[in-house]
Amino acid sequence: MKPTDTSNPDYYHKVVDCQWACPAHTDVPEYIRLIAQGRFGDAYMKNRESNVFPGILGRVCDRPCEPACRRGRIEEKPVAICRLKRVAADHREDISHRLPVAPASSNGKKIALIGAGCASLTVANDLCPLGYEVTIFEALDTTGGLMRTNIPRFRLPPEVLDEEIGYITGMGVDLKLNHPIESLRDLLDSGEFDAIFVGTGAPRGKNLEIPGRYESDNIHIGIDWLESVAFEHIESVGERVLIIGVGNTAMDCCRTSLRIGAKDVKVMARKPRGFFKASAWELEDAEEEQVEIIVNHSPKAFVVEDGKLTGMRFDVLEYQIDDQGNIDRGTVVDEVTIPCDDVILAIGQDNAFPWIERDIGIGFDEWECPVVDKKTMMSAREGVFFGGDAAFGPLNIIWAVAHGHEAALSIHSYCHDKDINERMPVGMNLSSQKMGMHEWSFSNKYDGSSRRLMPHVDLRKRFKNLDIEVELGFTVEQTITEVERCLNCDIQTVFTAELCIECDACIDICPVNCLTMTANGDEADLRSRLSAPAENLEQALYVSAALPQTGRVMVKDEDLCVHCSLCAERCPTGAWDMQKSTILLPYASDENFTAVTKKSSAA
Amino acid sequence: MSYTGKPKIAHPGLPRNQLGLTARDYEGAVSTLCAGCGHDSVTAAIVQAVFELNIEPHMLAKMSGIGCSSKTPAYFVSQSHGFNSVHGRMPSVTTGANAANRQLTYIGVSGDGDSLSIGVGQFVHAIRRNLNMCYIIENNGVYGLTKGQFSASADIGSKPKKGQPNQQEPIDAVSTALSLGATYIARSFSGDKEQLVPLIQGALRHNGFALIDIVSPCVTFNDHEGSTKSYAHTREFYHQVVDMDYVQPAAEIKAAYAKGEVMPIELHNGSKIVLRKIDESYDPTSRAKAFKYLREHFNAGEIVTGLLYLDETRAEMHDLMGNIDTPLAHLPLSGLHPGAAELKRILKSFA
Repeated sequence: MKPTDTSNPDYYHKVVDCQWACPAHTDVPEYIRLIAQGRFGDAYMKNRESNVFPGILGRVCDRPCEPACRRGRIEEKPVAICRLKRVAADHREDISHRLPVAPASSNGKKIALIGAGCASLTVANDLCPLGYEVTIFEALDTTGGLMRTNIPRFRLPPEVLDEEIGYITGMGVDLKLNHPIESLRDLLDSGEFDAIFVGTGAPRGKNLEIPGRYESDNIHIGIDWLESVAFEHIESVGERVLIIGVGNTAMDCCRTSLRIGAKDVKVMARKPRGFFKASAWELEDAEEEQVEIIVNHSPKAFVVEDGKLTGMRFDVLEYQIDDQGNIDRGTVVDEVTIPCDDVILAIGQDNAFPWIERDIGIGFDEWECPVVDKKTMMSAREGVFFGGDAAFGPLNIIWAVAHGHEAALSIHSYCHDKDINERMPVGMNLSSQKMGMHEWSFSNKYDGSSRRLMPHVDLRKRFKNLDIEVELGFTVEQTITEVERCLNCDIQTVFTAELCIECDACIDICPVNCLTMTANGDEADLRSRLSAPAENLEQALYVSAALPQTGRVMVKDEDLCVHCSLCAERCPTGAWDMQKSTILLPYASDENFTAVTKKSSAA
Repeated sequence: MSYTGKPKIAHPGLPRNQLGLTARDYEGAVSTLCAGCGHDSVTAAIVQAVFELNIEPHMLAKMSGIGCSSKTPAYFVSQSHGFNSVHGRMPSVTTGANAANRQLTYIGVSGDGDSLSIGVGQFVHAIRRNLNMCYIIENNGVYGLTKGQFSASADIGSKPKKGQPNQQEPIDAVSTALSLGATYIARSFSGDKEQLVPLIQGALRHNGFALIDIVSPCVTFNDHEGSTKSYAHTREFYHQVVDMDYVQPAAEIKAAYAKGEVMPIELHNGSKIVLRKIDESYDPTSRAKAFKYLREHFNAGEIVTGLLYLDETRAEMHDLMGNIDTPLAHLPLSGLHPGAAELKRILKSFA
């Protein structure tokens, strides 16, 4: 293999598994260290840089970081990254003076954001401080989009939403509530805006066209039903409720049902466990509340007697799962009827743009999704950008935030007549963490503690109303333990081949056998000759330049390195050093456009 | 030394030996030697060798004297027996331990100071007895523990960090052992585990006195330019003459060697040592020829390594003396203390 090019920021960025997996690339190890030092405000602001909504995401993020966490490969459970984010939000001091502010004068550019959800708000967050005049059009009478209408209050209290959204709208956003956009053509034709961003989500819940569907009013579409509950248009539900589907919306539907009158809630899944769409922790929380999850049942018909929904008929399926874990389509082995009073359909969402004319240059694909450039977030029509679920179908909040940042960069370039395809590069700083002979400026001692569990409100108390937040947040003791579980993957093992005297000290001390000195070869060959099996092909091998004395190479399998720094401590020549990599992600505020040229409104 | 200690976690894919243990289970405390010390690599090689031999930790005894080398038994197989004895007296203490219990596997770790200066008398007599043990000399040419004065193994002309080059003739442990009739003699280098691990395995399984003289650089006092025991010098003048594989008793010899090149030698316990000559002119079964070869290459400044001499035929101490197999601790009192009548009978036999 060729020597690894560690000057490419992506190499060390990938070593920080959590940050790499996060769509917004939140600097997780850094904020966890700040929490460990009791610097909650700093930890909050570090989060806010990239993910904008730490308080919200600290409760309801889909956490792509956690399955990626290296700790999950060392032992069973990853670091409770999401819970720690909430610790930063819960315990932060007043940070209002550190928030971005809009400049006194406008830069003369006007931007329309359609929908007041997380994607649009992120664009506003990035563009307001640059002097843009931002208008948000929202169909509902409140902000937050799906975060407010679809996530129940017992998971995400409205105060948290109000506060973090307020940080953005407080920068002088012109917020037009109760103002649905009926026609994008009209908005474009008005010539009022230099760019338009569409962040309207995926607002149409999937229907289930089976017999009896329209014969009862007790059959609901999940996301619409959640919205009605959120706005108190629906205040009760029958005692026996069936939820169809087993994604995260289904989890919110079943738990909401329990709080407005249901006694017996069953979640009906087509497939067996292991093939559910819901996140493991949302499933756990629902099952803790005695929701029954019934697998291998495929909906067949609604049973309506005298205009009243009495039950639902299902095919019972059996599946074959092969050695690779692939599941077949299933075979019907039985049919059952399960009695119920209400059915809530939570089988997915679609995009819907009835208000976007099809002849104004915005292309749509066969699934009615707009054709959007994945990098620039611009549609086929110049000056019209998309983000969040509106762009590529349902994802999650953190993806919407990532889209928002990219769209803001593009809009900023677009409004200054720059090529939006020319993106600023990702940068990286490396700084040694050595403080003394065996002292490092980070907590390098491996802590074997297991993952802390989130304390919940007592099961006897939590169902009284929808406003009781179930998760209490980590205690001080839990926080102190959990922060030490972080392996500081951003403190990189940096190797300088010329300094190595090939004494083997690093190899002998490494607790997880990730180092080897050997003759060079191609990757497959090297992987077969390392100190310990290197079977995780998703994790890179670091290969040094030829070593001075023997011409062998130093190879490091990044997979299981716990960043304990013992290699650097045992190195007599300083060939190994622990250096913190800070990934510098470009944001709109990093651009320095001097010449501002007037551009005509979104063409 | 490192303050944090080695984390008690391991790579989940580590191989396990017949006892179900991983190499990590054969480790000891974290080394307090200087970072980069060759001795730590020897420690790691011992861990690997003992792990692969499936030795039960409680059937191993680690013996040492005084010096940097002699600290190292604390750093491997923490669940075995150990005795850190007086300076240079490790061979004698091991003789006593071995006399009392010949069932254990004995590994002595010594240095050039411990074995070739203060303990040279003990060292030569252990060889003469053909004591069944693996005797490792971690040879760095200096007294590292007392700030790097030249030891008895320093080569003529080797430069110290400060002061004058050495002018005295070195004591070469390998030729000394050869002249005294040691039955397993090897030289190696701490920086070459591929060679070192099988050498240690063969030494542990050899039935008699097995010496491994290991060039193990002192990274603090003897790793500079002009030193003949530095990493760089050793690599430059490294001259491997015999390649050696250790083959477990049950395992078959898989590698196909050309006839004449390869010499499989069966050991006492049914395992095999497979020698492959790298230098055709070398004969590891002839003391006289080996001595000549070593002397010539020593004069040329080369460091001859590999299994240099092997004699599986000579009886070790217990066999010479006709001792019983049972450890003294396992004998009944009547066996250990036969009584006055028996003493009288024995005395009468001399009358």
